[in-house]
Amino acid sequence: MSGWDRLLPDSGASGELRDLAHHERIYGQLDLRVSRSALLSAIRDSGLTGRGGAGFPSSRKIDAVRAATGSGRGDSIVVANGAEGEPASDKDKVLLTFAPHLVLDGLQIAAKAVDASEAVVYVHEGPIVAMVASLVSVRRRAGVDAVPTRVVSAPAKFISGQESALVSRIEGGLAIPRATPPPIYQRGINRRPTLVNNVETLAHMALVARFGADWFRSLGTDAEPGTMLFSVSGAVQRPGVVEAPIGVGLATLLQACIVTEPIQAVLVGGYHGTWISVTGDDRALCDASLQSVGGRVGAGVVIALSDATCGLVEVARIAGYLANQSAGQCGPCTNGLPAIAAALSRLAAGPVDASLLLQLDLLNRLVDGRGACRHPDGTVRMVRSALSVFAGEVHQHLAGVCTATYHEALTPIVPSAHKSFVGASS
Amino acid sequence: MTTLRVDWIACDGRGLCAELAPEVIHVDPWGYPVIASDSVPSRVLPHVRRAVAACPTLALRLVEPDRPSERR
Repeated sequence: MSGWDRLLPDSGASGELRDLAHHERIYGQLDLRVSRSALLSAIRDSGLTGRGGAGFPSSRKIDAVRAATGSGRGDSIVVANGAEGEPASDKDKVLLTFAPHLVLDGLQIAAKAVDASEAVVYVHEGPIVAMVASLVSVRRRAGVDAVPTRVVSAPAKFISGQESALVSRIEGGLAIPRATPPPIYQRGINRRPTLVNNVETLAHMALVARFGADWFRSLGTDAEPGTMLFSVSGAVQRPGVVEAPIGVGLATLLQACIVTEPIQAVLVGGYHGTWISVTGDDRALCDASLQSVGGRVGAGVVIALSDATCGLVEVARIAGYLANQSAGQCGPCTNGLPAIAAALSRLAAGPVDASLLLQLDLLNRLVDGRGACRHPDGTVRMVRSALSVFAGEVHQHLAGVCTATYHEALTPIVPSAHKSFVGASS
Repeated sequence: MTTLRVDWIACDGRGLCAELAPEVIHVDPWGYPVIASDSVPSRVLPHVRRAVAACPTLALRLVEPDRPSERR
């Protein structure tokens, strides 16, 4: 294994890695005979963090579940979360499509780490469900897995992948968030301690178990080691999923997807992420570098906005989409997100009275932190960063001027299930 | 530090709480409670306890400093 292509090697591009024998030729066989303590040390020393957005250290998550087991709550259960709700994120689907055995290997490793008796692959409804289910039965017949695995699917909604929504769905309920305490690592699926990892995290874990912590740390930064799958879209010629070391330069990453026009800003971390303006410097895509502008690398979503496109129009569209994706359970989110989206639409259309900005500020404060899940908070974070990064354009719009020369909607990767929002919010 | 927590899924925005403990509970434009301060001052605790007890959807909870497990 060399280069950046750990999870998505060239030989995987044609889907050959779906073949178990081919997967084992490339990566070697999954070896579950390794001692649990050796496995736990390798994961801890690797510095692997969650790739689903929160970036929490994987070993601490494992420790929390281990601490909660054995207190009469039954065996723990492990879940591979592949239900990315982000329309601009494609990496869970790409990984499950091109290198599914790596994810399934990682799930077994995680199960061993917390001594779980059951494993679940959680994905959006669609062809991936049957594909993963068939691979699970191939592995069962081949005797590869130690712990039985089943596949559970949820509607392709933004919030389906949220952890408490995932627990609810796997228990047979609706894929919508619940009031959170206690944490699911203590009492999750059927009240059992539950370890949920993003599918990419598990794929990395499968490689750490094979090749060790030092190998894993040979790419990425010291504080944020390893590679990451970046979903790059927007004003690039070849949008898609690119594997790169954490800390890769933004310009380098965009160039890999072919940029042919000047880029004014990028949305990093997805629709709950942060807009950052693009200056001359090649900003490193890692939390250490992004935190100075309030951003986080999150699940690796990068959306490029060209100079010719209006950031405010895009923000209004995204806010409209996010308002539509509210589960409608919590008052401030149900009422506040549509109000924010409507205010942003008026700002995008211009001209408007400057008092609209005060209204927006008030709405943002009324929504932030007032829900059972982080959907309202994430939406507000994205909106606030936009108002700051596009402050110049905001002033133009108040006066009824839009400096954009390109008026087609910038199209992030929006799955068909989400397309209705385009008309609804404009 | 005694804090007041809202179960946002359970809360229906009936507004009784803001009437019973106006010192620390306001309502937003949609009728949902806005908790005015992080900690509940002890002098208004009786009002706040009444608000917690009166909530028709049991959406309010007082979290005492030494018993964090009361968060359910």
